[in-house]
Amino acid sequence: MPVYNLKVNGQSLSVEADEDTPLLWVLRDHFDLVGTKFGCGIGQCGACTIHADGVATRSCLLKVSVATEMAITTIEGLSPDASHPVQQAWKEIDVPQCGYCQAGQMMTAAAFLKENPNPTRSDIRDAMHGNICRCASYNRIEKAVALAANKLS
Amino acid sequence: MKTITTASVSRRSFIRTSALAGGGILFGFNLFQACKPEVAPPVSIADIDFNDFNAFIKIADNGMVTIFSPNPEIGQGVKTSMPMLIAEELDVAWKNVRVAQGALDTKNFTRQVAGGSQSIRLGWEPLRQTGATARQMLINAAAIKWGVDPTSCTTNMGVISNSNGDTLGYGEVVKEAAVLQVPEKVNLKDPKDFTIIGQDVPNVDIDPIISGKPIFGMDYKEEGMLYASVLRPPAFGEKLEEFDATQAKTINGVIDVFKFGDKIAVLATNTWSAMKAKKSLKASWVEDTKLESTKDHDKILLDLLHGNTFTTMRADGNVKKAFAAADQVVERVYESPFLPHNCMEPMNFFADVTDTKVRLVGPIQTPAGTAKRVAKLLDRNLEEISIDMTRMGGGFGRRLYGDFALEAAEISSIAKKPIKVVFSREDDMASGTYRPAIKYKISAAIKDGKLTGYHLKEAAINSNMYGLIPNFFPAGAIENYQVDVAKYDSNISIGAWRAPYTNFLAFAEQSFFDELAEVMKVDNVKLRLDLLQNVKGNTDESIQYSAERMEKVIKTAVDKSGWGVKKEGVYQGFSSYYCHNTHVAEVADIVLENDIPVVKKVTCVVDCGIVVNPLGAINQIQGGVLDGIGHAMYGDFSFKNGKPQDINFDTYRLIRMNETPVVEAHFIESDLAPTGLGEPALPPVGAAIANAIKAAKGIRLTKQPFIKNMDTKSVLG
Repeated sequence: MPVYNLKVNGQSLSVEADEDTPLLWVLRDHFDLVGTKFGCGIGQCGACTIHADGVATRSCLLKVSVATEMAITTIEGLSPDASHPVQQAWKEIDVPQCGYCQAGQMMTAAAFLKENPNPTRSDIRDAMHGNICRCASYNRIEKAVALAANKLS
Repeated sequence: MKTITTASVSRRSFIRTSALAGGGILFGFNLFQACKPEVAPPVSIADIDFNDFNAFIKIADNGMVTIFSPNPEIGQGVKTSMPMLIAEELDVAWKNVRVAQGALDTKNFTRQVAGGSQSIRLGWEPLRQTGATARQMLINAAAIKWGVDPTSCTTNMGVISNSNGDTLGYGEVVKEAAVLQVPEKVNLKDPKDFTIIGQDVPNVDIDPIISGKPIFGMDYKEEGMLYASVLRPPAFGEKLEEFDATQAKTINGVIDVFKFGDKIAVLATNTWSAMKAKKSLKASWVEDTKLESTKDHDKILLDLLHGNTFTTMRADGNVKKAFAAADQVVERVYESPFLPHNCMEPMNFFADVTDTKVRLVGPIQTPAGTAKRVAKLLDRNLEEISIDMTRMGGGFGRRLYGDFALEAAEISSIAKKPIKVVFSREDDMASGTYRPAIKYKISAAIKDGKLTGYHLKEAAINSNMYGLIPNFFPAGAIENYQVDVAKYDSNISIGAWRAPYTNFLAFAEQSFFDELAEVMKVDNVKLRLDLLQNVKGNTDESIQYSAERMEKVIKTAVDKSGWGVKKEGVYQGFSSYYCHNTHVAEVADIVLENDIPVVKKVTCVVDCGIVVNPLGAINQIQGGVLDGIGHAMYGDFSFKNGKPQDINFDTYRLIRMNETPVVEAHFIESDLAPTGLGEPALPPVGAAIANAIKAAKGIRLTKQPFIKNMDTKSVLG
């Protein structure tokens, strides 16, 4: 099996895996970074969202062989102590119900706010529509993204 | 802190204390027993093994309190709200309380058991009594130290005071309290003195959630564990004929492939290899029992509805006579599809079966029942089975069924290795315990402008509504009232789905009342209120709902939503419903954008008694309402020749943020005991939407999902 060298959360990590292994499973099974969640495996739910070179990316569709050149950030690396404004907004609003999708939601929100620091309500709703929350905590996610935008500006 | 009510703790044998070696005191209590007051306590305390206690209050020398909660948390917030009940009566500051996950502490939590959707309602008394008992023992210890009467002592935020002005912190008397007798009687607080109950308390797991800590079953791993992916029959009614695993075995990381029952397990060192190898298996399947299709079910259920094979669940007066004498009869049919649960965390479970023990870890709501089934399956003693619960990435009823835990146990038993079964999304959707397809026919008799008869008929796949539901509204409000049910036995597995039966029955009933109001030319809210007047003073104890409480939520919803006040371009729909001991009224506001109805707001008024944690409660209401809208709009799960048709989110649609309205939650102020919140907001909303769409477009929706039954491509925005 080939060996791939990856840059994850600022660390250099290497893994022996088949070239078609999605980054999601490398993170979870090989690197013990299980904050990135498996939801659908086909890029439809957003639970596995990570940042690849700062861009919100579905790690279930990103092959490990393609990820070697990218700077990967997972929820564990968004901040060392959950202090990122998005994480703090999630905490203040008390967003989660079951909590399973929330890492993906926060990663999408963090990348989006970097691109668009002053979003309108409709910007937020469009940007977040790719992330499913089965508990439907959407009202609070929306509120938390707006709060995070305030914190960032 | 003044106390006024007295309650006796008849279950004192369920509370036991011990001094901790490192300082402090541990109160052990059995949460499961405490939540089931009818369970008889053992004859003697000596009969109880300390390991029987599955929840603990630990009070350290410094006064810090740790509540070890073994509650299964599926997202309804009980891991936060149940310890709040204990802390309230213990009379400590919430900031000094830590709630610890008991699930993975195998030393202290050997037999864990789940609460359920009734957690808060059933735990209300016993959990407060547990906290109050601990508080009383601390008071007693301080009183002995001071040589005063315990009744002259008071507590405030973890500090005990006597009338001489002396004070002692809880931490200073824990050693003495540990050796005292458990008191027979304790005082409970007057609700007006609550300092924790009724306050906004954030989710106790917020930090691990926002930082991505391994708290879910999917995250659980052990050294040497293998990942198992299972190929199951692709259609209900098929069984395995033969399979070829040659190619699967060549995939890197694959350790073993074997058949068990009609399934094939692939074991690998990582999830991806297991899933990939499963896909490469070549299996052939043969028809075992009938291969059923949704098309057939539709016909079968309609035939049942119009047939004559019903079981009567409730009959008041004489419906037949009322209909014969009626001036007018209104009859409507409402139809719903199967629904999968689609927890965001697909089903998974860890098992390590060895010669001496069977160790299971994972997300499950029914560990006690599952342990029994595993023992039977593997022919082991129940004492050899242990199940630890992880946090659950959603439940909605799916994790009541231990099929995934049984699979894990069986695979580990064959492989003789620790393994974790991981479902793919397709596995999760294709081997579910679905909300069954159900159809209702509701008929009403009208005479002299009055509703004289109401006849509800249910036709469902595999199972019918449970016993209490026929006693919901409008039972007791209409003189001649009857509920009949019929079912068709199918090989498709069904189960409880958030607010079982009422999740669709409420839609049928509350849509029907709007149709009735239209036919009777009366205001639709007034029709409901008038009917409730007939229930007041009704002495029939089987009636489940309260006319007074229902009336109040309806009137409050009218008030809060601006119901009936004309707003340009806004169309409203009304719905009210009682289930899970909670009364709810909802108003949906929709507007037309390019002639497409868009839901803008849902006002939801709830009477759930005392609101234990408003912050969590609002989340449950908002989630329940949006979940209800999503499934009423889009949820469509069909079968063709036994095979589920849409098994991932590319073709199966769940509601997304840009399709959600604002949900405004209001709670009726109450000093009555709290009732369920995880489910009751969901059932009424479908009808509120349908009634609003009728107002806006003149279209009456009687089938779910709406999206398939409207001439517009999208009805939410």
